[in-house]
Amino acid sequence: MEQQSDSEVVFRAEGVTRVYRTGAVDVHALRGVDLALYEHEMVVLLGASGSGKSTLMNILGGLDQPTEGKVFFRDQELTRVSDAKLTAFRRDHVGFVFQFYNLVPSLTARENVALVTEIAKNPMTPEEALDRVGLKPRMDHFPAELSGGEQQRVAIARAIAKRPEVLLCDEPTGALDSKTGVQVLEALYEVNRDLGTATVLITHNADIQKIAHRVVVLADGKVTRNEVNAERVLPSDISW
Amino acid sequence: MRALDAKMLRDLRRIWAQTLAIALVLGCGIMVLVGAQGTLRTLSGTQAAYYERHRFADVFAMMTRAPASIVEEVARIDGVAQAEGRITLSAVLDIDGLEEPATARILSVPPDGAVLNLPLVRRGRMPHPDRADEVAINEAFGEENGLLPGSRFRGVLNGQMRTLEVTGWVLSPEFIYTIAPGGIMPDNRRYGLIWMNETAAAAVQDMAGAINDISLRLTRGADMRAVIDRLDTLLDPYGGTGAYGRDRQMSHAFLDGEMQQLGVMSTYMPPIFLIVAAFLVNMVLGRLIAMERAQIGLLKAVGYGTAEIAWHYLKLAMLIGVIGILAGWGFGWWIGEAMISLYGDFFKFPFILRDPSWGTLLLSAVLGLATVVFGGGRAVWASVRLPPAEAMSPPAPPSFSRGTVDRVLGALRLQQTTMMIFRSIIRWPGRAAITLFGVSASVGVLVMSYFMFDAVSLIVETVFERSNRQQVTLALSHAAPEQAVLDALTLPGVRQAEGTFAMPVRLVHGHRDRLTALSAHFTGNDLVRLIDDSGQVVGLPAEGVVLPDMLARALQIGAGEVLRIEMLAPPREVLELPVASVIQQGLGQEVHIAAPALFSAMRVAPQVNQIHLLVEGDAMAALNAQIKVTPAVAGLSDWNEVRRQFDATLSENLLTMVGIYTLIGVLIAIGVVYNAARIQLSERSYELASLRVLGFTRGEVAFVLVGEMMLLTLLAIPIGWVMGYWLAVGLVGAMSTDMIQIPFVVSRRTYALAALAVFVASLTSVLLVRRRLDKVDLAMALKARD
Repeated sequence: MEQQSDSEVVFRAEGVTRVYRTGAVDVHALRGVDLALYEHEMVVLLGASGSGKSTLMNILGGLDQPTEGKVFFRDQELTRVSDAKLTAFRRDHVGFVFQFYNLVPSLTARENVALVTEIAKNPMTPEEALDRVGLKPRMDHFPAELSGGEQQRVAIARAIAKRPEVLLCDEPTGALDSKTGVQVLEALYEVNRDLGTATVLITHNADIQKIAHRVVVLADGKVTRNEVNAERVLPSDISW
Repeated sequence: MRALDAKMLRDLRRIWAQTLAIALVLGCGIMVLVGAQGTLRTLSGTQAAYYERHRFADVFAMMTRAPASIVEEVARIDGVAQAEGRITLSAVLDIDGLEEPATARILSVPPDGAVLNLPLVRRGRMPHPDRADEVAINEAFGEENGLLPGSRFRGVLNGQMRTLEVTGWVLSPEFIYTIAPGGIMPDNRRYGLIWMNETAAAAVQDMAGAINDISLRLTRGADMRAVIDRLDTLLDPYGGTGAYGRDRQMSHAFLDGEMQQLGVMSTYMPPIFLIVAAFLVNMVLGRLIAMERAQIGLLKAVGYGTAEIAWHYLKLAMLIGVIGILAGWGFGWWIGEAMISLYGDFFKFPFILRDPSWGTLLLSAVLGLATVVFGGGRAVWASVRLPPAEAMSPPAPPSFSRGTVDRVLGALRLQQTTMMIFRSIIRWPGRAAITLFGVSASVGVLVMSYFMFDAVSLIVETVFERSNRQQVTLALSHAAPEQAVLDALTLPGVRQAEGTFAMPVRLVHGHRDRLTALSAHFTGNDLVRLIDDSGQVVGLPAEGVVLPDMLARALQIGAGEVLRIEMLAPPREVLELPVASVIQQGLGQEVHIAAPALFSAMRVAPQVNQIHLLVEGDAMAALNAQIKVTPAVAGLSDWNEVRRQFDATLSENLLTMVGIYTLIGVLIAIGVVYNAARIQLSERSYELASLRVLGFTRGEVAFVLVGEMMLLTLLAIPIGWVMGYWLAVGLVGAMSTDMIQIPFVVSRRTYALAALAVFVASLTSVLLVRRRLDKVDLAMALKARD
């Protein structure tokens, strides 16, 4: 059951449905999702593979459009708007972190971050962003020269460099081992705490939900549980 | 530098080999455009300036003899700005160090100097107006024979042996390109031009107060046709042989023909390269974007718009274009310089006005950029429009289905690796079609290039082995009875002699007319024969004339119709004769008739003015010595020597030309096959690595890649032959002029050489890529998500 917060609503989804047609088959990824996400909170979207969590994140982040329903970012409707408007929305308000980092292999760590700061309105410098994730000494290395954890932290630096209002992370630890994954979670935890960025974290790993303010569980395209964590733990206190 | 631009430069460096291949193909097209156009504009500008500065005449005419006062009357013709008369004659020369006699055309110079066709003194001076033995000669003749100012030579002028002293070397706009009468290529050692003061020339020809040659300069906008008609009317009583404009002036016509061919080259060849380059850019950029699909999704996710991403990839394409353009400009400049230098051997200009052709450079840059933008645009736009979520998802695997072709292939029970080849072609027909087109274009370009050698071979064979089997042709000073042929048999070393008769004529049919020569052949002549394009000897009918098809088309006349023949030399009769037949004869521009038919129509005894000889090989020296002192002979052509020079000139340039054409042609094949193979490798490294894991050898796995490329190459070759055939047809049509019809012949050797060159180039390209295949890290390739 959704609980009201004193903070403002950042995202609001109303009856969001998404159907994919692949060949002759219809895939119902989302079936009428209603959800609100608030400023400053860290929310974990938990669910098994195929539950619709990535689809929901893509729609919230303006990477995809629902088949039915509406989505709002603050009071701006995101559904059925032009590609240019969605691009502007992502450019100005959203930071993304993906499971496989999605760094540009031909750019150094600093240049990968600069990719975003060059088009942002009020960015921090690439050096500052990398410093926040502890990678300033490695900023002139190419992705091939960095470990998985380091690459993911570069991706986090790239995401936060534009000072986004929202950080959407799709399985950020999915490609990493437990120890490295904790390091990445710590970086996200600190960003949420220090910058106040609303953070949505998708995972299928149930242990990770303990670090969130709120947990939303998805199954078969629907929200089955939406609860505030009574007690949060630090990333360093979890393992898998 | 912006991060995205840094990515672009590094991407370019990563695909440097493919970039280079595309840039070279594009560069070839630019090179031909810039080189040929640049040369054309340089020649054209130089020609115009030379003509202007040296007052090259617009209209020319010759006559038997007219009073000098006619010049004033001619100058009063409406449209004539200036007129100048002179005396011209032929001479046989005896030059020290030259065994055979040389021939020359002598032109008189007025005491105050010429006002038209001004000679340019390059060394020494013009002959003094009062010195009968002083002459100036054309520079090329002087150089070839070492006749420096102050040296002397002998010559037979109008039956008199004279000793002449060279005062200087000159150039003239009338003789930029010089061929002796009856010759087929310049021979500056054996044919010269001599400028002699007017008084001396008149004395030699017994033409004091008379002229036999006149040149006119017209006013701007004058009606040349009307001027020529009026001039002919004025000169008719004096034996006028028909006035003509620059288009029929030998030197100008050759130069113009050459420039026309340059224009054709610069129009015909570049589009082929540009089209192939566009396809290559489409292929390579399409693959690059496919490989960077996830990165494109990421860029969209972080806020880059579709237009920004599209511009990023288009910039990459344009950078490739810039490399190609710069390479094309560089090579184009170099080839232009080489061509101008080559032309300098044949065309005697006193100066060269190099035209940097900024317009051509700009056009080539625009075309080059348009090519890459057009080629890459579609691939870029289709790909970058993907929604970001879809872009970041792995692409759907290619769908294969079983169709008719698969069932046929299945029935053949081919090995699975062979099936993979066919399925790849069927599944991606567009890409296979691009490879097919590119390779066949390569074959086509080679066929079109090599065919020129076939045409030249045919010309040589026709001219030297079929039509003219004589070793020596004597041009007589005046027409002589047939007895002269028997007299020629008494010359040293002569084994066989036969005569022919040629006369300048105007052919008229309706309102069309042509100036040409009438050639009369005696029955039983075996040395000089009329040969048609199929190589057959054409028998001359008992009555009527035989016309080559180009002449018949120009006069719009066919077999059975009556042709009016106006003789432009004594007896200056007008004959109305039927056209007995029209023959295919690309090299011929004369009208032919059986000698009995001609002389019967003229009601005179048969005559000859040319005698053709077969001579014992070791008797040439004696024959030459005799001819030098025979006043009845106005000129001599040694056909063996002409053939030797022709072969020498041809072989000198042959290797270079074959090399250049082959390089240009195979560059297309290399560019296409290399890129196609690289793309295949990058797309299929996963499945090819899987084959290795399953136990296939490197060679068996390479067969999948190499086999597909070589199968497409083999399929492309016959298509390329057809393409080359039609390109050659087009080239023949574009390059043929009123004076020369290039024969159309493509030998089996040409087809074979083109196929072989492209096959080897394709195989080399794909084997280069095979080396990469052998180095693929199996573990990494199997991990690749794409």
